[in-house]
Amino acid sequence: MMSILTALLVVAAVGLIASVLLTLAAHFLHVDEDEKAKLIRECLPGANCGACGFTGCDSYAKALADGDAKANLCVPGGADTAGKLSEILGVAVEAVEAKVAFVHCNGNCEAAPQKMIYDGTHSCKTASMLYGGPNACRFGCLGCGDCAAVCPAHAFCMQDGIAHVDSRACMGCGACVSACPKHLITLVPRAAKTVVMCSNTEKGAVARKNCRNACIGCKKCELNCPEKAITVTNNLAAIDYDKCNGCGACVELCPMHCLKTADFSA
Amino acid sequence: MDTFKNLIVILMSSVLVNNYVLSRFLGICPFLGVSKKLGQATGMGVSVIFVMLIATLVTWPIQHYVLDPMNLGYMQTIVFILVIAALVQFVEIVLKKFMPALHKSLGVYLPLITTNCAVLGVTINNITDGYNFVESIVSSLGCGLGFLLAMVLFAGVRSRLDESDVPECFKGLPVTLIAASFVSLAFFGFAGVVDNLFA
Repeated sequence: MMSILTALLVVAAVGLIASVLLTLAAHFLHVDEDEKAKLIRECLPGANCGACGFTGCDSYAKALADGDAKANLCVPGGADTAGKLSEILGVAVEAVEAKVAFVHCNGNCEAAPQKMIYDGTHSCKTASMLYGGPNACRFGCLGCGDCAAVCPAHAFCMQDGIAHVDSRACMGCGACVSACPKHLITLVPRAAKTVVMCSNTEKGAVARKNCRNACIGCKKCELNCPEKAITVTNNLAAIDYDKCNGCGACVELCPMHCLKTADFSA
Repeated sequence: MDTFKNLIVILMSSVLVNNYVLSRFLGICPFLGVSKKLGQATGMGVSVIFVMLIATLVTWPIQHYVLDPMNLGYMQTIVFILVIAALVQFVEIVLKKFMPALHKSLGVYLPLITTNCAVLGVTINNITDGYNFVESIVSSLGCGLGFLLAMVLFAGVRSRLDESDVPECFKGLPVTLIAASFVSLAFFGFAGVVDNLFA
């Protein structure tokens, strides 16, 4: 009986000492955390995607509380979050430009011949290290899915050897942009009405030989765009999304069908 | 001189021969969980050294001045868990207050180690091996260093694994465990080292 009692007392005493110590420590050594940062953190979606340019939601919240960051940087949170954040910080609401990832390549299995049979690791990064990858077009999508592997929203699917983004699932964090060894993916505004489906900057004949869907830089779109929204530089068309009104003139004119009418409204 | 030799032997044997992760298979959870990146692995390793040292500093006196005189040796595990958990929490609070920089680098890992079996294992083994206070401290330091070594080595192995073409059925945890077993096998090669260290 006695031994049980001593054991009980000793453990209870140790527990008591520990709890008193911790309570005292919590009371006297309390560090005031920034209340604002805490509030802000609760408004953020917690995806830790890094689209804001900070390492995660926590560090973005801290930067906001310290006044080092703008309130409209959270892409997944969108306008809702920006509104809440601006309210907490007491600044004017700035609109978030909702963005979506887009793969600027249409070199599918049919259109783009392969220059070799690649049998290595199933990764775009590794494949592109070997003579730029198996594609004849050195700009084209390799279709191994490095983008899909890093996508936190699982928005990618591989079809006919190239990557496609499900614009409804994409939250615009840009993880895929840095994962693509061919730099094919960019974040385009969700409001974009027309997109270029190619990234090839080679001269027309070479580009054409390597892929039947490549932009040959013929400038038809540039000359015929009523809004002057398209410029061809380095044999590749580029669209000014602010100017483009989606009239579709270029889509019909393009001989290579590498301009496409887009609808990214989620 | 003999004491010094003895301490060196204890240190070397706890780093290499009785490596807590690779020979005794304690602390596998952080070993597999935090060894993906070298930076994190080092952070975790340093935190473990730190926690092992302070845990031994406290538990050794408790065993010898509280539990043993009262014939309560069998309460060791419970009391140690209690003490270590409270201690780590306390240290975290203190670090947060007085050394924010250190808290920032170790802070994430400290709660993870609070009830880590490697830490508990070190403190209990120090008692069972009959070490005196100084020997216990050296042994804890060695175990912590051994943990750090295992973490750093395995972080290297894993970064190579990431880039290799692993068969579908082995992807992820299976291949990590197999790699861990190879590293562990390699460490068994150290078995005879310590006996012949001063021979």
